[in-house]
Amino acid sequence: MLATSREFEANTRAGLSNKNLQHALGLARTGFPLRRQLATERLPEFDQLREIGRSIKDHTLEHLDFYLELYESNVVASGGKMHWARTSEEACAAVLQICRSVGAKIVTKGKSMVAEEVGLNDFLEANGITPVETDLGEYIIQLRHEPPSHIIAPAIHLMKEQVADTFRAEHRSLDPERSLVEPRQMCDEARAVLRPRFLAADVGITGANFLVAESGSSIIVTNEGNGDLTQTLPRVHIVMTSIEKMVPTFEDAATLLRLLARSATGQEFSSYTTISTGPRRPGDLDGPEQYHVVLLDNGRSALLGGEFQDILRCIRCSACINHCPVYTAVGGHAYGWVYPGPMGAVLTPSLIGIEEAAHLPNASTFCGRCESVCPVKIPLPKMMRHWREREYTRKLSPRVYRTGLSLWAWVARRPGLYHAFAEIASRALGWAGRYRGRFRSLPLANGWTAVRDMPAPEGRSFHSLWAERRK
Amino acid sequence: MSEARERILEGIRSALKRGLLDPNIQAQLRARVAAHGRNLIPTRATALDHAGRVDLFIALAEEVQATVARVGSLAEIPEAVARYLAAENLPAELVVAPDPNMDAVPWEVRPLLRIRHGRATAEDRISLTPCHAAIAETGTLMLISGRQTPTTLNFLPDTHIVIVRRDQVVASYEDGLDRLRSDNASDKLPRVINFITGPSRTADIEQHIELGAHGPRRLHIVLLEDTRTTGSAEDDEEHNPSAQ
Amino acid sequence: MRVALFVTCLVDLFRPSVGFAAVKLLEGAGCTVEVPRAQTCCGQPAYNSGDRGDAKAIALQVFDVFAGYDHVVAPSGSCAGMIRAHYPELFADDPVNLPRAQELARRTWELTSFLVDVCGTEKVAAHWEREVTYHDACSGLRELGVKGQPRQLLASVGGLRLKELPGAEVCCGFGGTFCIKYPEISDKMVTDKEADIAATGVDAVLAGDLGCLLNIAGKLYRQGRRIEARHVAEVLAGITDEVLPIGAPR
Repeated sequence: MLATSREFEANTRAGLSNKNLQHALGLARTGFPLRRQLATERLPEFDQLREIGRSIKDHTLEHLDFYLELYESNVVASGGKMHWARTSEEACAAVLQICRSVGAKIVTKGKSMVAEEVGLNDFLEANGITPVETDLGEYIIQLRHEPPSHIIAPAIHLMKEQVADTFRAEHRSLDPERSLVEPRQMCDEARAVLRPRFLAADVGITGANFLVAESGSSIIVTNEGNGDLTQTLPRVHIVMTSIEKMVPTFEDAATLLRLLARSATGQEFSSYTTISTGPRRPGDLDGPEQYHVVLLDNGRSALLGGEFQDILRCIRCSACINHCPVYTAVGGHAYGWVYPGPMGAVLTPSLIGIEEAAHLPNASTFCGRCESVCPVKIPLPKMMRHWREREYTRKLSPRVYRTGLSLWAWVARRPGLYHAFAEIASRALGWAGRYRGRFRSLPLANGWTAVRDMPAPEGRSFHSLWAERRK
Repeated sequence: MSEARERILEGIRSALKRGLLDPNIQAQLRARVAAHGRNLIPTRATALDHAGRVDLFIALAEEVQATVARVGSLAEIPEAVARYLAAENLPAELVVAPDPNMDAVPWEVRPLLRIRHGRATAEDRISLTPCHAAIAETGTLMLISGRQTPTTLNFLPDTHIVIVRRDQVVASYEDGLDRLRSDNASDKLPRVINFITGPSRTADIEQHIELGAHGPRRLHIVLLEDTRTTGSAEDDEEHNPSAQ
Repeated sequence: MRVALFVTCLVDLFRPSVGFAAVKLLEGAGCTVEVPRAQTCCGQPAYNSGDRGDAKAIALQVFDVFAGYDHVVAPSGSCAGMIRAHYPELFADDPVNLPRAQELARRTWELTSFLVDVCGTEKVAAHWEREVTYHDACSGLRELGVKGQPRQLLASVGGLRLKELPGAEVCCGFGGTFCIKYPEISDKMVTDKEADIAATGVDAVLAGDLGCLLNIAGKLYRQGRRIEARHVAEVLAGITDEVLPIGAPR
């Protein structure tokens, strides 16, 4: 997917002034944390499970080569085929080759962020194949030609009126006089419109929340049932996934599944958690004839053994996104790529480069709320800071900040000078604000005073007062 | 794509600053996988006796908008199904999993119920299936695909009715998976294992929860107190090895 | 106990009263308090901007200045957090200075946490007839576990009623350099915070970090609210009659 992360600042302004988005984010800002809190309070073992989940993922990553090979042997043993892809191009080419081999015209898709990452839909269309998104949120944004703004609720930025407008514009064969006011009606309409597409699909592509090495299985976690229809009805099922989804056994997957839905939506378990292993068995009455796994690296392996390895633990629950005050201020499109919020701020530069994604790890107060809710305890602020360190070393950060910082640090290492400046500044500003007690505007501080007052200093520095009082 | 494979695996090893794993370590990892040890399992269901687990299963299934009816025996299933369909104002027509054990259900006592056996098609509105296990921990049904239990029955129709035998209720997902491992003499997994918790739903429009997104909008569970048959054929082998 | 006060840049420049309140509380708890003159900054601005070099240089200075005291106490979760949670990380690869960092980290505290967790203070003698709410500054909360301690002490202030703030744990949008680099996002965050505070109907908002308080107070005034903002130390030390609220006209 084409990244617009460079335009973070402009994207942010657009997001902040978008009334529909702000209304939607307002709902998300309180709703998601509350639901997660209720679910986690209901399970006394939740925090212990987080620690276990972390160690399962760490163990797997430390031995990823072993588990990938074991996984592959089991995929093949169960009648499936593996396609390894280093890059987006290789992944798309693999999918195209499979589609062409069965003369596919229509491809249904369950939600897959990896597919978004490699720009699969555009690629298929360019090659004469029609991809049909079936997850309701993904379907809506496909109609609107928008990227997803959240990793599990892709259309979260929209109000129902916008969905209705989109359906009216795109479902042209339906009665224009029909009522389309409530989510129920839109849901029913999407169900009716997509059902024939499910049935007509030649190939179904899903993602995978987890890959299980012991059996060569893939696991999808959904609520709609679209993933299951996508993978059961067509002749071919393609699992589009990435190397870090691996876990060793079903028991390991079960632990992580206990963390996933609770962290994501506050559900005890999603409506549908499906473990798939290979194509239909002899005598089965339904199911795909072919089962393929397209396994993408795209820069993930390079993160192993380094400062950013921990981001590979991510199970894509979106808890960090839902709890991030920056995300819930600006929305997902501001981040300019597939993965928004805190996990996006760490993963995006890893995959598309820090030059492109420079703003993302900087647009954070390091409040730490993300890390506190991550089911696998990823130290997100720490890794954002590591990106800032790389930017600093490579002089990617704006000159004015680097100069200002260096100046500050220079003075801070000279206490005499520092105290002198502090006393001068506190006296000057204290005097300037001596009546009102605060400033409505302050030269050089327009970013602050444009929107809030600046309280005036009391008028003397602490150190100068302390020195006086001690005499 | 095998060049990609080699490069990816090499990339992993070089990032981890090592070569191929030592054969001893590989053996240990294989043993860990083979042992498939359980991690911490919440006590929520494991601390209960079987009756408690059944109650918990029902409570949690109802919490996610599944409906539950209890019947004493296999013989009462047609009546329970007919009553449910009438109450929901649904047509008296269903597709039933072609499981030989379901043959023992006396559908003839409700002749107005039109029964077909097989996989689901686009026209089917109501399906009825057995299950493999019922997980008390979260009110979750575990269903497996097979010759007698085609997956489309779980997803295509609007209404999905599942027969759960009381003795199929287990505490945890791990218990359900272990039953599968021990049931499966050939060691080959079914193509899919579906863990189903309530009907299909979405919250993609303004976070309003709507049931019946693409999968069934109704999930009705008929809990069979009598533990004699009407499981899948594979379950039956455990109780009745000569049946088939 | 010989305690060194880590004044913090913002207290030094904007609101020395907080420093004096901290000294009063510490002396009231039986500590001997000194204020090493050679202290300046904890280095967090450099650290958070990716400038480890400057951060380390400043930290080494801090080691020297605060050597020899039983404890180092700061009226700020942010600065105390920098020393306690991050100095060891800063020197993780430095076998010479890592022990110094760890040793200093062990004896560095945020003020209310020091009073309750180390001194065992259960009550203060202050009296302030107000209904207040409390904003949990992020660093103190998440890096140092400061949550119950300020509330416990506030509960003992005569005449004070504490009403919990919905979203108390949500960031106010200050974030050090963040509010300068991303002013529009910072504004949205402080606007939400200010709205939450106003909705409680309280007379005053308290917090343990001056950065948050300058940000919140500035917004409250701009929105025309009549809600006072004060550092929790001022209230606990009972100096609310001597010192105007943050940003108040004189």
